[in-house]
Amino acid sequence: MGHALTPEQAAARTVFYQADEHDHEAGGSTLLGFWIYLMSDCLIFAVLFAIYGVVGGNYAAGPAPKDLFDLSLVALNTAMLLFSSITYGFAMLSSYRNKVAATQAWLVVTGLFGAAFLAIELYEFAHMIHQGATPQRSAFLSAFFTLVGTHGLHVTFGLVWLITLLVQIGKHGLNRANARRLACLSLFWHFLDVIWIGVFTFVYLMGMLR
Amino acid sequence: MSSHTHGHAEGASGHEEGLIHGDGPHGSLKDYLTGFILSVVLTAIPFWLVMGEVSWSKQTIAFVIVAFAAVQMIVHMVYFLHMTPKSEDGWTLTSLVFTLILVVITLAGSLWVMYHMDSNMMPKHQVSQPL
Repeated sequence: MGHALTPEQAAARTVFYQADEHDHEAGGSTLLGFWIYLMSDCLIFAVLFAIYGVVGGNYAAGPAPKDLFDLSLVALNTAMLLFSSITYGFAMLSSYRNKVAATQAWLVVTGLFGAAFLAIELYEFAHMIHQGATPQRSAFLSAFFTLVGTHGLHVTFGLVWLITLLVQIGKHGLNRANARRLACLSLFWHFLDVIWIGVFTFVYLMGMLR
Repeated sequence: MSSHTHGHAEGASGHEEGLIHGDGPHGSLKDYLTGFILSVVLTAIPFWLVMGEVSWSKQTIAFVIVAFAAVQMIVHMVYFLHMTPKSEDGWTLTSLVFTLILVVITLAGSLWVMYHMDSNMMPKHQVSQPL
């Protein structure tokens, strides 16, 4: 009994879905996807903060935050990261105006501030380990090195990305793909600064108050 | 060529720039500078509260620095990450709110449960159990 629809009937049928897919430009959803990755990264940090919150007071008769932290060093570190955030902003502003050289210059400045941040952090870690405050010493120190180290690792990978992007921009200029990568790294870099606000507040400043 | 030239006056690159402008939300110089100045203030005050000999109680200082951190995080979100309720048809904000709910559950839940477990595991503090 099955009867085929005539072309007229077929055309008259109401379509309840989007019949013709409209074009999605390449990479059009990259930024949202990258944002969702950052949100998942945020969960990693939330768990590390939770661990620090739970065992951060278990010193195992070892050194406490007051014996270890040097707040002027942390303030310097915070300044480095904050400066790198604003210089990355300047790189973005230059890229909107299609100024390749200025974008590259601001990226280099950002990278230098990032490297300074890492250098200061590594100096702090080395100093602590030299004093015997190793990650194995107490639950507090394990949690501390895991949380702050994970943030430092993110900054390290941000630097690797930044250098790669510098090479890419040098080779291909500010084309569409590079502009998109620049925007993604911008999200990543500023996101790390947001995490650092949590670190210096809850780990360092609150640690000194304990 | 003036540094303020926007878009299509720049010949061959104009087309490319027009495309770049379509990429996601972005801020102005004013946004970045406002965010930076606010961040400096919101960072400096907590450090000063802890490093300087402020005669407030520890609880008050702790409360104030956490409040400053929360405000600074919002400042970064707005001025550096350029979040608006409208970006990506609201999906950025939706995913952020969802993440924040998970973060709050993770943090508050861990601290709450582990604190109570700690108190119940204390050898000196025997909880009388109904037999």
